[in-house]
Amino acid sequence: MSDPARSASRAAPLLQMSGICKRFGSQRVLRDVDFDLRAGEVHVLAGENGAGKSTLMRILGGALAADGGTIEIEGGPVRFRRPRDAAHHRIAIIHQELSLVASMSVADNLLLGREPGRLGWMDRAASAARARRVLERVGLRLDPHGPAGALPISAQQLVEIAKALALDARIIVMDEPTSALSEPEARRLFERIADLRSQGCGIIYITHRLEEIYALADRITVLRDGKLVATRRAADLPAGELVRLMVGRSIGDQAPRRAPAAGDVILNVRRCTVRGAASGRRPVAEGISLSVRRGEILGLVGLEDSGVSKTLWAIFGALGSRADVEMEIDGRRRHVASPRQAIEAGLALVTNDRRKSGLVLGMDVVENATLAALPRFSRRGWLDRRAELERTALSANELNLRCASLRQSVATLSGGNQQKVVLARWMMAGPRILLLDDPTRGVDVGAKHEIYFLMNEWSRQGCGIILTSSEWPELLQVSDRIMVMHRGRVAASFRGGQATPADLLRAAMGHATNE
Amino acid sequence: MSDARTDSDTSIAEPRRAAGSTLSAFLASPVATALLALCFVLALGLLFSGDGAFHKWATHRDALRQASVYGILACGMTFVIITAGIDLSVGSVLALVAVMFSTLSIHEAWPPWLAVPACLALGGACGAASGLVVAKWRIQPFIVTLAMMVFARGLAKTISGGMKVSTAMQLPDGSWTAAPVPGIFRLIDSRLLGDNVSFVSLVFLACIALSWVILSRLRWGRYLYAIGGNEEAARLSGVPVAAMKIMAYALAGLFAAVAGLCQAAQEQQGDPEAGVGYELTAIAIVVIGGTSLMGGRGGIGLTLLGTLTIGYLDKILSVNAVPEASRLMLTGVIIIAAVLLQRRKN
Repeated sequence: MSDPARSASRAAPLLQMSGICKRFGSQRVLRDVDFDLRAGEVHVLAGENGAGKSTLMRILGGALAADGGTIEIEGGPVRFRRPRDAAHHRIAIIHQELSLVASMSVADNLLLGREPGRLGWMDRAASAARARRVLERVGLRLDPHGPAGALPISAQQLVEIAKALALDARIIVMDEPTSALSEPEARRLFERIADLRSQGCGIIYITHRLEEIYALADRITVLRDGKLVATRRAADLPAGELVRLMVGRSIGDQAPRRAPAAGDVILNVRRCTVRGAASGRRPVAEGISLSVRRGEILGLVGLEDSGVSKTLWAIFGALGSRADVEMEIDGRRRHVASPRQAIEAGLALVTNDRRKSGLVLGMDVVENATLAALPRFSRRGWLDRRAELERTALSANELNLRCASLRQSVATLSGGNQQKVVLARWMMAGPRILLLDDPTRGVDVGAKHEIYFLMNEWSRQGCGIILTSSEWPELLQVSDRIMVMHRGRVAASFRGGQATPADLLRAAMGHATNE
Repeated sequence: MSDARTDSDTSIAEPRRAAGSTLSAFLASPVATALLALCFVLALGLLFSGDGAFHKWATHRDALRQASVYGILACGMTFVIITAGIDLSVGSVLALVAVMFSTLSIHEAWPPWLAVPACLALGGACGAASGLVVAKWRIQPFIVTLAMMVFARGLAKTISGGMKVSTAMQLPDGSWTAAPVPGIFRLIDSRLLGDNVSFVSLVFLACIALSWVILSRLRWGRYLYAIGGNEEAARLSGVPVAAMKIMAYALAGLFAAVAGLCQAAQEQQGDPEAGVGYELTAIAIVVIGGTSLMGGRGGIGLTLLGTLTIGYLDKILSVNAVPEASRLMLTGVIIIAAVLLQRRKN
């Protein structure tokens, strides 16, 4: 707090947004919101999905025009008509969905639109040198000529930040940057954020994770239903109070505990092996054996590239000939060669990327919800549209799905509600074994609670559940057993409640410790 | 107060739809836009009625008749485009079936109850073959159907010996004679209801109805939309993706065969050069209607409106004696205008 740069900046905030209003049609999504950012601070913007965080940031980024209010940068009023205007004022926004051009090289991505050279001829040496310089600032040492799409997501994230630095950005907005990162990767990102802060950048950070908020924030602003609820120093806002401000009601444990259950083994997987995408690559998963009992939640943990997700896909038959799996369901051998057969065998897979592999965004809530159980809603191929609607309405109530209409396109729903549609789909399919790949990713606190509630319900009904999560404390809380994977192999297993996140991390990083 | 509404409505991305009335939701829908385009063309017809020709029913009957073959092709094209594919072979398949139908009906004297199913099976098989290659070997639909386009044209020329298959027949002694026009040809080319409706227009409407049932009422249709909207999500939800794609292309081939039967009957011959460029008109109709080439969005009602728009546009220009060169240029401009209009809301 005695840092001179920081106390000096207190006089003239880097950014001052005052009285920002925005309405879409008759709905007021931002009402008179004030927000300021000082040089050298991390200001966390918190709130449930739909609170207006993204809208406020889109206004700051010039993608949306405010209906009222002013924006000042270092005391001078500015007006943004398009994203370029914001970039001109050294504002960079790093979106949750990364925006790198996968087929282009890292250097080309970094300098896109500002390539060094003259008369349209690119100076490859100069651009590589410049790319290396900015990459070093985010702690990345890699070949700038390699394709960006080949990098792991964590590296792509850092490249995005490097891109902001290449723009000389002073105001950097990060929208849930860790949603695709594992714990140590996230920690590395935090170190970079600390660097940026000490270089005098102001950082606006949006996240749903409490640990991150307190690891990073100097100040916290809470939005709810488009209104400013509070802006406070992080030290003055304890976690319980923050959650209460966000949801407007107090909420118990995020991940509810339940009585451990132990029925018969429902799923037994032996020697699951997934070959690499190209020949010569190391296998993504090798000789994974696991079993799940009725009513049991098995946590599966691993860092990026550990093969956790691919193992779930392989069990679900979604990798075709890339995977070899031997499995027994209810003690009988089953051959599952496609998702279709998997569903018939009573399996369900919720993937960790609902926009890419979960929802059909052009279809409405009902059509998405019934997709996996469509044969049940049709007789001789004819759809029973009324039954579809009624069954979906039932699930929507159970899951507390918030939408204006069940005939609304799922693209217009918030992240948490989209995830509930995915879960409704699998509820209808009536599975006995659930493979849930990070089901609470990018959803707000309320929806998270409901998702865990649904998982408990499933386990009470005797389903076996394999769960992965990027939030290990939650996973530790709900799992009966936890298996840790490291580079495609099982590294350790723990009983629920007996491990700490540090134990998991050690195992996931390859330090063998069992039980 | 509006607080209550905010609570129950969490959609931020596009709240206009959630908050809007039914009417404004309709006005924002592709159907409204497609209707607008059609009304615009009809208004042009009223304005430039070609000395009153536009006020006569016969003009409308003929406009519908002339648009029917294109419309039938567009029905099949709609299935494929909804799966985010494309079928360039329908014009060639039309020619192949026209040649086949003429050969069987005129020269081989097959009865219609044999010839018609045989021709439909041929068209469907061509489509299914394309679909099989697209679905199983994952080659881009553009390439696969381009190959089928060339292949089917070649097959049509092989069967016909490169000549039009007509009722003119050479007798063993070298002299020419005209065989009678088969009854089935005359039936398809007839007009019904006191000369007021062409038979082919009814075939077109039947195709629209059948397509509507498949797309809107059958499970298959839902699967096609899901595949076009997000193939990966569809596959992971247990949708039989390969079978559905094969079906979509087979339907495109089947409808191309129906169009080929109509074409042969109307021309009273099987021309191996028929249908060149028809696939592009069919694609234009689907797109003008508002079905997205990206897949997953659109519908057969839009294709009906698109067919009428293109059909009337052509008729209005011809009753006003606009030369063909200008007609083509105008059509090009109108296609772009219609698509821009559609994109306004998306």
